Amino acid sequence: MIKIEVDMNQCQHYGQCVFEAPDNFKLNDDDKLEYVAEAPDSERDNIEAAVDVCPMQAIRIVE
Amino acid sequence: MSEANPAAPVVIVGAAMGGLRAAESLRRSGYTGAIRVVGDELHAPYNRPPLSKEVLATDVTHEAVAFPSRAEMGDVEWMLGVRASAVDLDARTLTTDDGNVQQWRALVIATGLRARRLDFAPIAGRHVVRSLDDAMALRAELTPGARVVVVGSGFLGCELSATARKLGCAVTIVTPSAEPMMRPLGDLVAKEMRRRLTEEGVEIFSGVNVAAINGEASVESVELSDGTVVPADVVIESVGSDCNTEWLESTDLDLSDGVLADNAMRAVSTSGLARDDVYVVGDIARFPNPMFDDVPRRIEHWNIPTDTGKRAGAVLAAHLADDGTFAEVVAKPFAPMPSFWSNQFEIKLQAYGLLGLVSDDDIRILEGDLTEQAAVGYYRDGRLVGVLGVGMKAALLPYRKQIADGGS
Repeated sequence: MIKIEVDMNQCQHYGQCVFEAPDNFKLNDDDKLEYVAEAPDSERDNIEAAVDVCPMQAIRIVE
Repeated sequence: MSEANPAAPVVIVGAAMGGLRAAESLRRSGYTGAIRVVGDELHAPYNRPPLSKEVLATDVTHEAVAFPSRAEMGDVEWMLGVRASAVDLDARTLTTDDGNVQQWRALVIATGLRARRLDFAPIAGRHVVRSLDDAMALRAELTPGARVVVVGSGFLGCELSATARKLGCAVTIVTPSAEPMMRPLGDLVAKEMRRRLTEEGVEIFSGVNVAAINGEASVESVELSDGTVVPADVVIESVGSDCNTEWLESTDLDLSDGVLADNAMRAVSTSGLARDDVYVVGDIARFPNPMFDDVPRRIEHWNIPTDTGKRAGAVLAAHLADDGTFAEVVAKPFAPMPSFWSNQFEIKLQAYGLLGLVSDDDIRILEGDLTEQAAVGYYRDGRLVGVLGVGMKAALLPYRKQIADGGS
């Protein structure tokens, strides 16, 4: 299991992570980010891609 | 051409985001040999966009913008504070400005852009913002009450204006354009952006150039081409950028605008030959993106160093592995979605696609109202090639998909 942390003070809700890991990240009706903090190991590549594309670099995987 | 020395490292020239992503991608794609990253800045790779926005408005430190270092990058060698001065593609050597000549097995070109300067005598108070050091130097002068003239009205100039205003400075934009962000956004949106920036207290002189920067020990005023004199303590020049290709000039690579690459990010010579051992990544790379057509373009959007770095790393790793997978990896579709964003005061812009490809000024309001929130479509020959959200985000997603699918 992968644990994900998003620094919501840094997050500007750009939503780039949504395209890389749609099972874990989404923008709600108010354009705010919502995320699921756990993902199966099979999602690792997608979660890492989401970390890479965050303009604010606000996402991290807790190892 | 000599045989490549398999003991020599892959040398990545440029230690910013593109170089970092190429190195990470090489490792993830299974390359276990030596990697050396050569960069002219002393800082390990960091994220540039906050330097004109969030971080500039608070404390500018490397810690605030540094990219995290991944475990698989532990044995990558970083040669920082060293500038590439020449390369020999036949002998596979790189010369750096400390006089060192090193061999490489494969080369990744990731030297990016540098800020263009106005052609005036050096004087204290003149700034650009490209690097962390630039931002630190500027931050020290953005004190409440400081009179700031921003030359240029692209995204960077407008973001810097907003940040300086937030910090309590008096801000004037001087631009040869008719409207701020006119070239990237088009007349309709740019007029609305002018209204909003003006409402926030930014003064805009448009359709003029800078004729002189006056001052004794430091900047005192900026003289415009129409004779207007604007008092100033700080001048920020955001007048575009130039490609760092000088170190490649003795090669036969196509340097007509940045460095030409094919869709596998392999560097292409003036005679049209792509090299399996030389790659180009980031905003210096001019490459074809089949999402739009087969015309090679440079794209100065934040996502491009990551997308091209990953692509180059995967293709190069397959070349070095020599395990028969190379053709298959090269043939994989590579059509990265360009995306950018810009925050200025309460203005939140976000875009997908290439707005600049618009033809016949075919710009349409798709949803909402420009004076509040809107989605704006940019069309080329009737096909959607770009979408801009003004304060809209999730609503852009169907349009993003439409662009990815060919625009209709």
